[in-house]
Amino acid sequence: MLGQLIVSSLVVGSIYALMALAMSITYKASEVPNFSQGEMAMMSTYVTFVLLSSFGLSFYPAMLLTVGFAFLLGLILEFFFLRRAKNPTPLNLIVITIGFQLMLYGLAGWKWGSEQRQINLPFSESKVIVQNDVFALTELNLATLVIAFIVLLVIYLLIQKTKLGLAMKACQQNVNASKMNGISAYRIMAISFGISSIVGAIAGVLVAPLLTLDPSMMWDPLLKGFAAAVLGGMKSLHGVVIGGLLLGLIENLFGFYISIEFKSVVAFAIIVLVLYFKPSGLFDKHYVRKV
Amino acid sequence: MAEPILQVKNVETYYDKVRALHGVSLEIAAGSITAILGNNGAGKTTTLNTIIGLLDDQPDKGTIHFCGERIDGKETEQIVARGMAYVPEGREVFDELTVKENLMVGAYLRKDRQGIKSDLEKMFHFFPVLKDRINQHAGTLSGGEQQMLAISRALMNRPKLLLMDEPSLGLSPALVKMIFNIIPSIRAEGITVLLVEQNANMALKIADFGYVMENGRFVTSGTAQDLQADEDVKEFYLGIKAETAVKGEQRYKRKRRWA
Ligand SMILES: Nc1ncnc2c1ncn2[C@@H]1O[C@H](COP(=O)(O)OP(=O)(O)O)[C@@H](O)[C@H]1O
Ligand SMILES: [Mg+2]
Repeated sequence: MLGQLIVSSLVVGSIYALMALAMSITYKASEVPNFSQGEMAMMSTYVTFVLLSSFGLSFYPAMLLTVGFAFLLGLILEFFFLRRAKNPTPLNLIVITIGFQLMLYGLAGWKWGSEQRQINLPFSESKVIVQNDVFALTELNLATLVIAFIVLLVIYLLIQKTKLGLAMKACQQNVNASKMNGISAYRIMAISFGISSIVGAIAGVLVAPLLTLDPSMMWDPLLKGFAAAVLGGMKSLHGVVIGGLLLGLIENLFGFYISIEFKSVVAFAIIVLVLYFKPSGLFDKHYVRKV
Repeated sequence: MAEPILQVKNVETYYDKVRALHGVSLEIAAGSITAILGNNGAGKTTTLNTIIGLLDDQPDKGTIHFCGERIDGKETEQIVARGMAYVPEGREVFDELTVKENLMVGAYLRKDRQGIKSDLEKMFHFFPVLKDRINQHAGTLSGGEQQMLAISRALMNRPKLLLMDEPSLGLSPALVKMIFNIIPSIRAEGITVLLVEQNANMALKIADFGYVMENGRFVTSGTAQDLQADEDVKEFYLGIKAETAVKGEQRYKRKRRWA
């Protein structure tokens, strides 16, 4: 039983990890949490849904277009909204992301109503494809793990091995110093929002079959992703991924051994506890500046 | 003088409603080392930040031409792309990037892999200690090492004009000497240097030309030799007291002559 619990935790934890990673990428770039992250992912998931059901596209072309849409949505948030604020305080920016969230929520409600729909991915929720003494995995479970792993790997390689990644890290640390080396800080900021939106969109599509598609579908995953990010330390990319997996595990163990009713409170409790005991999260390392 | 590489004309820069530069004009000959001298708060850093476009919506008045092209009002990264590089006050290295990564950020605008590689070697030749620290985070370096890194990072862009803001600040005398030895070698590479310094003695030894700044304007300028011989510069910046200077009144008169 414990084996199954752990495997299920990894599956749901990998979705949390994606949401947390999405939050962390933009947090590192802009120093504010993006509260519209969930709704951006929701919109992108609707795009997948429409492409699959109305346009009859198959899954991979639909995902490709969704990724493009999500990237664009991130650029739009940065370019048309965040960038317009003159000498913004963090609070100004947060309010803008909340405004964008409400806008997207309203838009989705108007376009698709609050009618609940079902998204059909080519991965079955019932077909068990790995089964042994310790655990069983459905096709959807396996696809979730594999896709999440690929996304994490791609993001890791992008940040560690490419010029774009280097520019992103440089801008996170010192915007002026980045500019004086020829980096367009605005462009890097916009791209960061685009990439983060893609990661969130993939989390949305992966979580959609487990939920029903409606404009508020990402509220819970966003809260979980946020808790995971806080747990891992918002600014540590590997930290937030571990945070996501850990949150999945803690939640499942709590639900099984202690109380299924209060399982959903765990994420909130973790946010409070971490902020009380170690506000920088478990994995964020702090640099002491030499004078 | 042939066409100056940098020409600043009547520049005024504001911080909010407060004017910090009151009509600054400056010309730099290609291939020269020019020094800007002046005490704390004179406006030296503001001048450099204005030139390289780091102050939003500044300069408020005046023009800046670089290599014959007007650059005031352009974004910093566009100015840098035209061949300017900056060693800022306080070094501003990327603490959580390695020495190698810092240097690669300096080469951000370049695509010639071979050239980048040979320039890295050149930096390690200038500053061998950087090679020993190549995989260390810049935040773990000493102040002197960070200054060497900041200079190398700027040079990695192969600039035509290098702006340096008080590179000797906070360094030991030995390191100051080392940094000041490097600057002529940089010029020997064909790079024009604009050097801001409070250490007027050292700066005028290596500079061809100098400007003295007070309260947001240049009060005197001339060749390095002229400035070294100038009684006022001697007294107020080189720490050599003129024999005739009799404290208050005399000082007041001299100051007034400049203003
Ligand atoms: N960011 C800023 N905001 C407001 N005033 C500033 C700022 N930076 C510098 N100043 C003011 O502008 C003047 C010139 O400063 P600065 O250019 O830093 O001088 P220096 O580099 O010669 O020491 C000073 O009076 C300083 O107080
Ligand atoms: Mg200064």
